[in-house]
Amino acid sequence: MSTAPHPIHVSLDGLSVHYALGRTLFGTPPTVRAVDGVSLDIPRNSFFGLVGESGSGKTTLGRAILRAAPVSAGRITYRDAEVEVDVGALDKAGLRDYRTRAQLIFQDPYAALSPRMTVRDIIAEPLEVMKITKSREETDERVRDIAARCRLNLEHLRRFPHAFSGGQRQRISIARALAARPRFVVADESVAALDVSIQADILNLLKTLREELGLTILFISHDLSVVAHVCDMVAVMYLGAIVEVGPSRRLFAQPRHPYTGALFSAIPSLDPDDRGRAQRLEGEIPSPANVPPGCRFHTRCPFVQDRCRSEVPAWREVAPQQHVACHFSEELAPRLTRTRQPDPAA
Amino acid sequence: MAPPLPETPLLSVQDLSIRFRTDEGLITAVDNVSFDIAPGEVLGLVGESGSGKSVTAKALMRLNPGNTVYAPESRIVLHDEGRAIDVLALKRARDMMVVRGGRVSMIFQEPMASFAPALTIGQQMVEQLLLHTDMTKRQARTHAIDMLARVGISDPAARIDQYAFEFSGGMRQRAMIAMALSTRPRLLIADEPTTALDVTIQAQVLDLMRGLVAEYGMAILFITHDLGVIAQMADRVAVMYLGRVAETGAVRQVIRTPVHPYTADLLNALPNVNDPDAPLTPVAGDIPSPLDRPTGCVFHTRCPRMIPGTCDAAVPSAHVVAPGHMAACFALAGVPA
Ligand SMILES: Nc1ncnc2c1ncn2[C@@H]1O[C@H](COP(=O)(O)OP(=O)(O)OP(=O)(O)O)[C@@H](O)[C@H]1O
Ligand SMILES: Nc1ncnc2c1ncn2[C@@H]1O[C@H](COP(=O)(O)OP(=O)(O)OP(=O)(O)O)[C@@H](O)[C@H]1O
Ligand code: SF4
Ligand code: SF4
Ligand SMILES: [Mg+2]
Ligand SMILES: [Mg+2]
Repeated sequence: MSTAPHPIHVSLDGLSVHYALGRTLFGTPPTVRAVDGVSLDIPRNSFFGLVGESGSGKTTLGRAILRAAPVSAGRITYRDAEVEVDVGALDKAGLRDYRTRAQLIFQDPYAALSPRMTVRDIIAEPLEVMKITKSREETDERVRDIAARCRLNLEHLRRFPHAFSGGQRQRISIARALAARPRFVVADESVAALDVSIQADILNLLKTLREELGLTILFISHDLSVVAHVCDMVAVMYLGAIVEVGPSRRLFAQPRHPYTGALFSAIPSLDPDDRGRAQRLEGEIPSPANVPPGCRFHTRCPFVQDRCRSEVPAWREVAPQQHVACHFSEELAPRLTRTRQPDPAA
Repeated sequence: MAPPLPETPLLSVQDLSIRFRTDEGLITAVDNVSFDIAPGEVLGLVGESGSGKSVTAKALMRLNPGNTVYAPESRIVLHDEGRAIDVLALKRARDMMVVRGGRVSMIFQEPMASFAPALTIGQQMVEQLLLHTDMTKRQARTHAIDMLARVGISDPAARIDQYAFEFSGGMRQRAMIAMALSTRPRLLIADEPTTALDVTIQAQVLDLMRGLVAEYGMAILFITHDLGVIAQMADRVAVMYLGRVAETGAVRQVIRTPVHPYTADLLNALPNVNDPDAPLTPVAGDIPSPLDRPTGCVFHTRCPRMIPGTCDAAVPSAHVVAPGHMAACFALAGVPA
């Protein structure tokens, strides 16, 4: 691997996805701010993690990049070795080409696979629909190549998906998403439904495929321990906004935003002697139709000050490549470290 | 009536085997499972999807459907105020009331499943209290409001008249805990009670449950596939694989010094936040289909220590490796083949 800095594959500039919530008789209808002014650079060939609680807007952000959610404001720029496009401005032909470059790996492989198609047909479908291959031979060759990379053999290709276990089905969905040879994939909770015994296998497969095929992966997950293991960059999302982003190692060693610290702290430790030690976050994520003013995390932040309730924290770089939106990041950092304090009782 | 001796378990499950009649033939879901739960003890039941955790839990309350076949030697005994209730011998629905929402309560993974959509939270809580206690309607409502307050639902006197769908996921889970605990059961069965929740909300719910267990002194059968949750909640743990118990012991024993190859593999496959550079080692192979159940030790198709001719031919029985710590595996020192 080269040591030169990676160019940016996808960049988001002030991206918002807002939904109008029904109609009201008086005044303007409330707006759901699912994604709210996100700016983010996803480096080429990175395994880029996006984490946050349910409803924080992760799926919506991923879908917006794939042009599957309506962009209300901002800009999405996609660049690879061949093209540079403004995703929001693509015309029909441009969109067709874009769909071969950027793909989604489905969250739930059970729901995503049609029971009446053989595995071969499932993997071949996107190639045929997008008219990527010219002949049946070419299609078959592509299917066999990607299937082999996903450790599916010829025997598997003839069968129907119901005959497969969860891990195998997930490999089928990955093969399907990669058949068109995309450069950028969004993997939305791709291992959430899997048992831990096979989850590791799929994560290792994604890592290998990234190397072999030069992919950039936007990996959406609510499981921080998984993200810590596979991603080289992580963005933490809260209520439609990114509150912290940075290289995973640095972010895990020293979170700079209280929400990142709280998310870590909430992971149940495998050490029974850690009981009751974790720092807990009170309350639940507010509705995206009613985003709190000032710092959007202030209603749950254990370190909230008056200033947080009115003033939106600036987005700033607090360590190399590590950005955060918190007024008091510097002072709070020592209190957010995950390094376990020595047990006074021990 | 003499009080039960302290050594008497609250619940004793012996040689439990459960099969289902299906179009594709008889499916074995639980195979010769035995465990005890002491009063006030939290027993964790951990295992991957399809290992038989829910089917075992439902057997304790006789909630498995009509196509269920319990093997004749299976015994589930609940000791309650000096009586020994033979759960699988209960015939009439009336008799089963004692294990359904009275002495035993259950909370489910999907809270919507345990609330009737057409009734308010309050109507359901009151109904259950009238059924299982001698409270008046008025007392029941007051108690229900009190329970909702105890689980951290703000403004419970107003929220009690709302429907489950008007609650957020975390609140529904709390309401379900309030309902399950309102009859003060001796045994609470919690089937993946936090799996659908975010880690932050899960942490709150686990704290809440820990507090209530300590206060009420009830026992819990805590089912999950998350060993971290087990480490934080359980006193003892039973690790299940394909309907059998692979290993049981105190949580510290099993997590720190696992002896069964499956438990060890499972722990290795887990991403550890404290050591993100450690490689992830999957358990080899795939989980066999229930229609294709391995012979001998059910784990032999994936086991790195499998002994050909032994593990695929005979079923290993539970072997004591330390006081209270047992595993079923031929590779353990001193286990006869
Ligand atoms: N089409 C839509 N119309 C209205 N609101 C929507 C729509 N899609 C998403 N939302 C809302 O936007 C918010 C963000 O949803 P999103 O699915 O992106 O969250 P998420 O982070 O992926 O959550 P999860 O972890 O549960 O998958 C939620 O409050 C959701 O209800
Ligand atoms: N009513 C039924 N008829 C036929 N098979 C059943 C029935 N209920 C459960 N099974 C089978 O019994 C086995 C054990 O199922 P069970 O639901 O107990 O697993 P589990 O350990 O709770 O898994 P999960 O983690 O997915 O909840 C599975 O193979 C399942 O398909
Ligand atoms: S700005 Fe204030 S409320 Fe927001 S995270 Fe920082 S300390 Fe907490
Ligand atoms: S009995 Fe044999 S196959 Fe089963 S766990 Fe032990 S060594 Fe592995
Ligand atoms: Mg999502
Ligand atoms: Mg289950």
